[in-house]
Amino acid sequence: MNSLVSTFLNPKGGKSASGASPLGEIGGLLAVLAALVIGLSLTAPHFLSAATFTSIAFQLPELGLLTLAMLIPLLSGGLNLAITFSANLSGLVLAWVLKAGGGADAGLLVFLVGVMAAIAVGALIGLVMGLVVAYIGAHPILVSLAMMIFLRGLGEFITRGGDVAGFPPYVVALGQGTLLGIPVPLIILIAAILLWMLILNRTRLGFSIYMLGSNLEATRYSGVNTGRALTMVYVLSGIMCSIAGIVMLARFNSVRVGHGESYVLITVLACFLGRVDPFGGFGRVVPVAISLVILQVIGSGLNLLGTNQHLATALWGATLILVMVIRALWSRLRLDFLFRRR
Amino acid sequence: MSPQRMETARVDALAAPLPELLRLEHVSKRFGGVQALDDVAFDIRQGEVVCLAGENGCGKSTLIKVISGVHPPEPGATIFFDGRPVHDLSPARARSLGIQVIWQDLALFPEMSVAENIAFERNLGGRPHLVHYDAMRKEAARILERLGVRIDLDKHVRELSIAQRQLVAIARALVADARLVFMDEPTASLSRAETEALLAIVRRLSGEGISVVFVSHRLAEVLDVASRVTVLRDGRLVGTFPAAGMTQAKLTELMTGRTFDHSVRPPAEMTTPPVIGVEALSRAGEYEDISFEVHAGEILGLTGRLGAGRTELALTLFGMTQPDSGRIVMNGRELQLRSNRDAIDAGIAYVSEDRLSLGLVQPQSIASNTTVAVLDRLVDRLGLLSPSRHRVLVDEWIGRLKVKIGHANDPVSTLSGGNQQRIVLAKWLATGPKFLILDCPTVGVDVGARAGIFEIVSELAKAGMAILLISDEIPEVYFNADRILHMRDGRIVESFVPSQTTIERMERAIHA
Amino acid sequence: MLERFGIGKTEGWLLLVIALICLFLSLTTDTFATLVNICDILNYSSVNIIFAAGLLVVLVAGGIDISFAVGASVVQYLAVSLLIWMGGGNWALGFALAIVIGFGLGALNAALIYHFRIISIIVTIATFNLFFGLLMFFTSGVSIYDLPDWLSRRVILFEHETSVGWAEITLPVLVMAVVVFATWLLLRRLTVGRQLFAMGDNTEGARRLGINLGAMHYLAYGWLGGCAGLAGLMQAHYAQEVVPNALYGRELEVLAAVVLGGARLGGGRGTLLGAILGLMLISITQNGLNLLGISPYAFRMIVGFIILVAISLSGERMGLLSIGRRHVKAAGASR
Repeated sequence: MNSLVSTFLNPKGGKSASGASPLGEIGGLLAVLAALVIGLSLTAPHFLSAATFTSIAFQLPELGLLTLAMLIPLLSGGLNLAITFSANLSGLVLAWVLKAGGGADAGLLVFLVGVMAAIAVGALIGLVMGLVVAYIGAHPILVSLAMMIFLRGLGEFITRGGDVAGFPPYVVALGQGTLLGIPVPLIILIAAILLWMLILNRTRLGFSIYMLGSNLEATRYSGVNTGRALTMVYVLSGIMCSIAGIVMLARFNSVRVGHGESYVLITVLACFLGRVDPFGGFGRVVPVAISLVILQVIGSGLNLLGTNQHLATALWGATLILVMVIRALWSRLRLDFLFRRR
Repeated sequence: MSPQRMETARVDALAAPLPELLRLEHVSKRFGGVQALDDVAFDIRQGEVVCLAGENGCGKSTLIKVISGVHPPEPGATIFFDGRPVHDLSPARARSLGIQVIWQDLALFPEMSVAENIAFERNLGGRPHLVHYDAMRKEAARILERLGVRIDLDKHVRELSIAQRQLVAIARALVADARLVFMDEPTASLSRAETEALLAIVRRLSGEGISVVFVSHRLAEVLDVASRVTVLRDGRLVGTFPAAGMTQAKLTELMTGRTFDHSVRPPAEMTTPPVIGVEALSRAGEYEDISFEVHAGEILGLTGRLGAGRTELALTLFGMTQPDSGRIVMNGRELQLRSNRDAIDAGIAYVSEDRLSLGLVQPQSIASNTTVAVLDRLVDRLGLLSPSRHRVLVDEWIGRLKVKIGHANDPVSTLSGGNQQRIVLAKWLATGPKFLILDCPTVGVDVGARAGIFEIVSELAKAGMAILLISDEIPEVYFNADRILHMRDGRIVESFVPSQTTIERMERAIHA
Repeated sequence: MLERFGIGKTEGWLLLVIALICLFLSLTTDTFATLVNICDILNYSSVNIIFAAGLLVVLVAGGIDISFAVGASVVQYLAVSLLIWMGGGNWALGFALAIVIGFGLGALNAALIYHFRIISIIVTIATFNLFFGLLMFFTSGVSIYDLPDWLSRRVILFEHETSVGWAEITLPVLVMAVVVFATWLLLRRLTVGRQLFAMGDNTEGARRLGINLGAMHYLAYGWLGGCAGLAGLMQAHYAQEVVPNALYGRELEVLAAVVLGGARLGGGRGTLLGAILGLMLISITQNGLNLLGISPYAFRMIVGFIILVAISLSGERMGLLSIGRRHVKAAGASR
């Protein structure tokens, strides 16, 4: 039990010195998940049903993709507040290409062009933020905030605040269909998680992101091109946002600017629950992904229990505070203990 | 107050001791498992200047923090101020007694005006009240006049030079009716003229009856103002000695606990062509007209005060800054270094003097820090980092440099200073450098571990590497370099060959 | 020369840009340079300027808060409900309630940030959602239209009939003036305000001088909370209704404006004049776009663009400065 608690509460993830091994860490989170599923199936009789799991499997991806988009800036010691609106805007680009290519009759080629354009726009948004953060040295909170205001304005200007709908049927199939019994969006999420693991664990860029997240100057002195790496952080974030935007478009068969606005909080929550260091430099993909499932299960559980959507928002806020407070208390306790033992 | 009068004042002091201001006895302090201070005694008389000397980590800062009330000492310590025992020393109590500390980082407010920084004390205190800017200005002006310096009161502190900031910090200490002022390495980043000005101010304060504790390990500059030197080593008191008759060599011996009896490097005929040559290199405001060559297998020493332009020169050689004029030639080819990546590719490596914030990424693992500069060598055919290659490389270098570690995934900050420095060396040696710049490589490294570092350096030279050893510790360059350049105010002014001179002669030349 | 009047570089630029926009709008529209329109801008901006004054205090102290606008909505709802429950109340009671509840919400942020050492942006993202979620849950999104009489009755401080209608200055303008004066007093004239600046400028230095950092946190976030409470009350008075999500999103607009006015994220720098000018620039731009008949949807986009450009430009100076500083710091810390 102690190891379970400590896995969940240690402030810094991914460091063997802080106690829990990576496997134990993941095990701890999985145990929490299991406890949660058991608890919910006892309290909410309908929880343990195929329908619940299908709904989770379809809801999880958009949140998961946005969480991945938030993760990399957090690791670099920054933040990207513009994730949801970047996703919305990429969705709009795809919608626009589909509309221009024949609306509901648009061919697959048009769709592919649209996806490319959407990803390009996401990357461009990220590139602008990254260049300003990396080479001008402006604060990521400010830059992403300004970008968020701009994108929201741009999106509302283009859509006049309404929905954009009317896409070819195969787009809906992409968002709501299954492949070998697995929801397509979930497959996309899993692919994205694998891609992020590959980038963070197995590339020079990923290595550099962790290093510069802890100390930008020392990393630069070691010969790493930190300007380029920091720019890439936001480009990658932007690309992941556009993938999220495409999945959102496909799932709802429409685009509305402002959709998923409240996700910013949940993505931050998922990252911190997955033991990403708020000051950057530490945090891994798998624990974050498991935390995400935990949050989604809680969300679906609350839904089943008939909880109001706004109450859920408040609960997310309270959970984030609680996790951070308990973590602060826990690390203080551990320190006391260490000192006394010596 | 004229120097002559001061001189007589000091003679008088020796004849009839001034009343005692502060006396500490049996002061100990533990942090976790570390014994930072062990039964230390210290005393100072009114108007006296005492030098507190010791290496990094010897307990100097802890002692200051105990006296200024930041850390309570372990039970058993006795503290007398003005002859009366003091039991409840808190920061506030220490300030009310008139104990002021000028920390090395000065703790000023860069966005505020000089006047407000000096008179900030007026903004403190229990009940909120109106700020009297005029009164603050007057007070600041009065103090600066008392110090005999002129600084624009309306300037922001961020616009001031380091020396001016130092003066502002001193002025702030005086506002609070200081009776005992600690100055933590106040001359570390000052030029000669600025140091002289500072010492004149210290004399003035002493003449006014204010006691000053100078924390420094360079005796030469405080010899004529201080009456006594208190030396700490490994948290213990080595002793308190009269300043008269003390030499730098003797002080170094007391601080390190070792006699420097080992010999200098034998004179070598440099027949090999130079690895790197610098020709008339200049950069405005940093260094001027620098020319030298370093041959394969040679260790070139570069000494001078902090602020002489040593580190600035090193940063240019490492490609972090670009020179205004002059050439850098490596193996006969002129280098155009646009960034430190160009320098690393050319075979140049730089061990920073600031290991804590520039040398290593402290919270990250030992393994990551060892390989961060050679990521390109760790990729497999797919362009991905190979964990096995990573492991092999880390194990290889940790073995070769005999670094004592627990696990390669532990944060590098868990290592001792000496082992951390070995990791820095490993990181750079992995890049296969031909020219290695060592900027104060023993800062924060235990005395015992220093010899180990220099053994490695000497091995590297033997293997044909060209090495530039920068240090402000004269014995360090004297005993470890083949040739020594002395840099002052951005220029190279002298050169020495250790085998043809004595350390005393060098010290006189550099500190005089 | 200008610096003597507290007009720095940023303020100078803002004044110039505002002057140019005003000139342009006076020449291209008939309605901009009329007393009626100017009073409208003033009445409309009051609430935002009250927010801005409070937010500046937090930024100067080295923190950030994005929960204040929804906090103001909570205050509106709670205060008005309490007043109705008490049978009406009056202005004095209304002000007192707004300030006290607002301060309480700010103090909650301060407690989490100071005692548990959580970064302010994370804390306020969390409290933002907590406040908003609870508000929407308990009110079910239902507005209060039936305000106490004294609150819904317009208080006109100045009126003047012109050919295009009545020019009026209303109560929010007075409250704004009082809040601005009080904030100026705090930041420039009171010792605690200087301690706030000191904490934002150099936290470690402030600690060593014995400044009570905990009290400073409560003061900064509490002050913003109090201001937000007043702004909430004034917004309810101005709109003559309480809509739970009326102020949602306002925090970004205000934060952007204050940063535009030269306040630095990370503390120690920022002026009240700059914050007000930053806000006026945005208000006047909005007003102008409106008068020029440009789609209201374009407004946010243009404002976002202006802010993005401004941050990039001002970031350049500050960025270079901070890199230079880092070197100084590094050199100073090394020995």
